[in-house]
Amino acid sequence: MQQVFKRPEALHDVPFHFCGGCHHGIIHRLVGEAIDEYGLREKTIGVASVGCSVFMYDYFNVDVVESPHGRASAVAVGVKRSRPEDFVFTYQGDGDLAAIGTSEIIHSANRGERITVIFVNNTVFGMTGGQMAPTTMLGQTTTTTPFGRDAQKNGFPIRMAELLAQLDGTAFSARVAVNKVKNLKQAKKALRLAFDAQIDGRGLGFVEFLSACPTNWKMTPEQANTRVEAEMIPCFPLGVFKDLVGGPAEASEE
Amino acid sequence: MAKKRKMLLVKGNEAIAMGAIEAGCRFYFGYPITPQNDIPEYLSAHLPAVGGTFIQAESEIASINMLLGAGATGARAMTSSSSPGISLKQEGLSYMAGSEIPGVVVNMSRSGPGLGGIHPSQGDYFQATRGGGHGDYRTIVLAPDSIQECYELTMSAFDLADKYRNPVVILGDAILGNMKESLDPKPYRPKKIKKEWALTGAEGRPPRFLKSLYLSDGELTKHNWKLYKKYQSMDREVRWQDLALEGSKLVLVAFGSMARVLKSTVAMARQEGLKVGLIRPITLYPFPKDMIRRTSEKTRHFLTMELNTGQMVEDVRLAVKPGTKVDFFGVPPGYIPSPDELLREIKKVYLQKK
Amino acid sequence: MSVPVEKLKAKLVFREERCKGCGLCVLTCPRKILAISDRLNNQGYPVAELTDPDRCNGCALCAEMCPDIVIEVWK
Repeated sequence: MQQVFKRPEALHDVPFHFCGGCHHGIIHRLVGEAIDEYGLREKTIGVASVGCSVFMYDYFNVDVVESPHGRASAVAVGVKRSRPEDFVFTYQGDGDLAAIGTSEIIHSANRGERITVIFVNNTVFGMTGGQMAPTTMLGQTTTTTPFGRDAQKNGFPIRMAELLAQLDGTAFSARVAVNKVKNLKQAKKALRLAFDAQIDGRGLGFVEFLSACPTNWKMTPEQANTRVEAEMIPCFPLGVFKDLVGGPAEASEE
Repeated sequence: MAKKRKMLLVKGNEAIAMGAIEAGCRFYFGYPITPQNDIPEYLSAHLPAVGGTFIQAESEIASINMLLGAGATGARAMTSSSSPGISLKQEGLSYMAGSEIPGVVVNMSRSGPGLGGIHPSQGDYFQATRGGGHGDYRTIVLAPDSIQECYELTMSAFDLADKYRNPVVILGDAILGNMKESLDPKPYRPKKIKKEWALTGAEGRPPRFLKSLYLSDGELTKHNWKLYKKYQSMDREVRWQDLALEGSKLVLVAFGSMARVLKSTVAMARQEGLKVGLIRPITLYPFPKDMIRRTSEKTRHFLTMELNTGQMVEDVRLAVKPGTKVDFFGVPPGYIPSPDELLREIKKVYLQKK
Repeated sequence: MSVPVEKLKAKLVFREERCKGCGLCVLTCPRKILAISDRLNNQGYPVAELTDPDRCNGCALCAEMCPDIVIEVWK
């Protein structure tokens, strides 16, 4: 018999602190598998953000620097410009990237920084107990929208993958999910392309992962998983919004 | 015979940028703000020639975070701004201190609070010397008073940042940034500083991480005491200049541009028979408290003069021997006092009934 | 349920101390041969288990869905 599935080398052999049914564990593993597949473990520098994924340095078996809330892509720029030969990625939640960090992600993408950004969208601020996030859907109840998100008062859910696809410096932007195996396999493909965007020097690689948050959604893991399919995907469609990686080389590339 | 160096006539801002390149700074991240724009402009033109990287970032916040990232890999990196922009950088400074990441931050102070103005001021003394951001930390603060010092202290800043694995602040102001003076572009003497903590990819070694979050019982307490001891050890870097202290009846304490004006004023006062001396702290942190204490054993009257409404005077009061009289004269931003005006104030204090 | 190991098409090893009883593996298994048991691990979670080992073909979809990398698969 041969082992056909095991923990990737790029992840330490430690238990995850994430809640049962949280998709962070799946996403961490996919990123770890991609790092292994590309043989990058010894040449990777990760940038941890603030949120449920703040403990990234305890899980990824690579060099990691902690970043202030929202600023991970700016920190990643400093790292990558200093170490262009290393693989640099950030891992950020929807508060970190889509609220406080919008300036940094837009400008990092706009400059075509050669970094890979993993964005985990679960429509709430997880670590702090379930407050509204920029990605909270209309009508969704959170601890700061107890009457449901109201467009008049609280605005609309923000679609980062589409937004970043508008920028010339973005080489790859996609939205994926990991609520079922079919989606997980597409997610893996997108992740590889986002890695290629950096490795091939094309520009910023961005993958938005839709994720379940059973605890803050006050659901069981199974219900939360269903919600990703039934409610989140209609609001945040899966797909590739920009792909300069697979395509022909740009003539304007310096 | 050594080739004689050509003297240059440059602005303080330019001298800082030149000192940075000379000291091996190869990364600059900044954002435009009056009165320091010569710094990013000079570096945008000159860093590429030495293989360096210049980024005009989207904000001062992005700049300090790029500095954190580059510093984390062991690179020599710098950012610069002025008062309101420095306020934006405080969180980043706190994180750099907590994670022990080196970097140089230049503040060419302007006036506040708020948008204030673009006049020179010394209103950022507290911000610079008390950490500035949240938590118990300090940064070394260097206060030049000449173009030559702008150049040389910038070079020292990089050495100190690497030596202590901590951010270092250069506290200048709008006058210093924009005036021109001759500069002797002395060569930098490289120091060999190992960076076994730097993130370079975990090849052939266990992975490293740089963080400031410590949640386990007692961990953060231990970390804070470790940092405290480090800040205490910075005392050995203390620097100051003193003038005419011998037999003085009144000692002036001032830094930066104010001290420049006072050097002329002290000469004028001495000519009129007033026994006035001057202490000019060059490191604002560590503050030359021991030296001030020693001086106050002999001279029992101090006058602190600042371009603000009273900040460094508190450190002088803390440093002097109890019972020493410490007066204050302040010029909050809006104009630059002349030596004559300052001499009038000094006389008032000197001649007042005991 | 005891079939000799040589005859099994696939073998699953569960690191039970890591399981949080979330049930995503149970939902995913195409043959419906996984279930949450009554046994609690040290963390107090009821752990997942294979109810019918000889029907497992090692597709590893359960392992792929598991957020805690509980399941290792041999084929």
